[in-house]
Amino acid sequence: MNLLEIKNLKMDFGKNAEALRAIDDVSFTIGTGETVCLVGESGCGKTVTALSIARLVPTPPANYVGGEILLNGRDTLKMSARELQQIRGGVVSYVFQDPGASLNPVFRIGNQIKESLKLHKPEKANDAEVIRLLKLVGIPAPESRIKNYPFEMSGGMQQRVMIAMALASEPKLLVADEPTTALDVTIQAQILDLLSELKQRLGMAILLITHNLGIVGDMADRVAVMYAGQIVELAPAKELLRRPLHPYTKALMNSVPKLRGDADRLSAIPGNVPRIGNFPPGCRFAPRCPIAKPECSEKIPELLEVEPGRFVRCPFWKTS
Amino acid sequence: METAEPISIAEPKLALSPWQLFWQRLKRRKIAMAGGVILIFLYLVSLFAGFISPYNYDHLNTNFSFHRPLWPKLSGIRVIMPRSESVTGNFIYQEVPNDTEPLHFFIRGDKYKLFGFIPASIHLFGTGDDNYPVYLFGSDQFGRDIFSRLLYGSQISLSIGLIGIFLSFAFGLIIGGISGYFSGATDTVIMRFCELIMSIPALYLIISLRATFPPDMSSAQIYAMIIIILSFIGWAGMARVIRGMTLSLREQQFVLAARALGQSHLKIICRHILPNTFSYVIVAATLSVPYYILGEVVLSFLGVGIQEPQASWGNMLSAAEDVQYLQNYPWLLAPSAAIFITVLAFNFLGDGLRDAADTKSL
Repeated sequence: MNLLEIKNLKMDFGKNAEALRAIDDVSFTIGTGETVCLVGESGCGKTVTALSIARLVPTPPANYVGGEILLNGRDTLKMSARELQQIRGGVVSYVFQDPGASLNPVFRIGNQIKESLKLHKPEKANDAEVIRLLKLVGIPAPESRIKNYPFEMSGGMQQRVMIAMALASEPKLLVADEPTTALDVTIQAQILDLLSELKQRLGMAILLITHNLGIVGDMADRVAVMYAGQIVELAPAKELLRRPLHPYTKALMNSVPKLRGDADRLSAIPGNVPRIGNFPPGCRFAPRCPIAKPECSEKIPELLEVEPGRFVRCPFWKTS
Repeated sequence: METAEPISIAEPKLALSPWQLFWQRLKRRKIAMAGGVILIFLYLVSLFAGFISPYNYDHLNTNFSFHRPLWPKLSGIRVIMPRSESVTGNFIYQEVPNDTEPLHFFIRGDKYKLFGFIPASIHLFGTGDDNYPVYLFGSDQFGRDIFSRLLYGSQISLSIGLIGIFLSFAFGLIIGGISGYFSGATDTVIMRFCELIMSIPALYLIISLRATFPPDMSSAQIYAMIIIILSFIGWAGMARVIRGMTLSLREQQFVLAARALGQSHLKIICRHILPNTFSYVIVAATLSVPYYILGEVVLSFLGVGIQEPQASWGNMLSAAEDVQYLQNYPWLLAPSAAIFITVLAFNFLGDGLRDAADTKSL
């Protein structure tokens, strides 16, 4: 059994006539100890999908219209508020993009980590355990650091504190929502190294959300590429990077700036991501797609398993 | 589990906490500090009112109605009280020459209860003889010492401010927090109710609320009633501001992070959102204490608050409402000076706190 199984998840913002479909038929799985990357442009539904796992998107305005999110075989969409509180932080923990904003500015970090322990491991809610966690995430001199306020720490240190809080309950799944976007490149590498190291040591699965394809190769076992609320390609990371099949994935990889080579202009994908509620009929990428055919804008293509373990939402994936 | 490799060496010096920074900025504001010192002095005096005052608040001395302020004199190394006599029977007193009584310190006098429960009868000063009264601020129409009554009155007037603020702000914080955090229908209902309370002029609301309580109540009941009435009016404004701050705070990522940890709604409100409003709340509380003190004064002045013979600054002032009295016995206005000083001190302190809480100021 997979640790997480999202099946045909459909979510709207708003109801009835004003409903805007933010997530449309998203399905993927995460096995125990596996790292899955969720890649896509801003606004494509990555974060909302990730938050949905512990049902953290407020309803209303969100409205789940279909699908299942099976965490350890149990559907979080059907859980009571009490059960959700157990799941949140207990089975699935989150690390967010901006560590400075994720920590409460008026409390010492030691107390914030202790709060996480009190909720899920009350018997271990003491300074010794907090210090152990801070050591685990590589914070030097943790004994004096527990008295620090968040603003006294650098961004990288703050993110380590967030990771320590997330790990306090030894979750099965860590959802890291662009954990390094707010940090500079050297700190990014440190945090990612820390995540992969902790993953191996603690045997937890990671759902890593990013729009940085460079991270994917280092971290991911499998990758799901999202576009306009849909998964357009799902594949093992190495294969996807070596040979992307969906035209959007190809365009995305082409638009990564290269340090070497003689290209003097950055190649960008023409056009913009369609706004939610304003999706084109048929394939949502068709208006920007270099290989689009007239029939592309007639019907939403299916997510096809073209090779074992490789899914593509494009019938013309063989055309290059 | 082992430790991961440390990346950098932490600086050993701890930075100042937000409260320490706040205190440092406050210390630089002399007027605010003066206000704070005055308030500490006033509250200390009111705490020891029974001991400092020479008489009890209901100590009658009908021979000396409307006596002008009478201060002890220095005679050699002794402090003495001269004796006065009413010559014309018209509350005009004249000193009797060579008839004095020494002023004693730590003298046994009227029985009182220190802090409300320790029985005691030692007073800081006094003559021990009703024929030689000590009237630092004069006496009222029953010959009661206004200084003593002022001190006893401060126990009521000053504590009503603090307890009232505490109650109404506690309500305002929790209700405003709930309203802003849940928003939607909860918010609408709570906010319309707040606006209803705020739309009625406070004085009418005070008087009509007073009418809902029975007219004959013990002084302790009246005291509690005044606090309840004033807090009932005061929480709405607080709730509205807190609701507004909560609306912005709940969108902060640390609230989402707390929810992602499995924290309950109530704890998120109380532990994550409300503490972030405290720098505002402390300032607002300090600046609103005067309204509670004045509210008690208004109620007692109108005769529906603290009842005679119990002393409060409000009902002492109601004795001074007669213009004739005011002309002839201006010392009856002593409570208004006390109110003036207290309100000013609170405002000075509040202004300083606001500046200190504003991190953009120097």
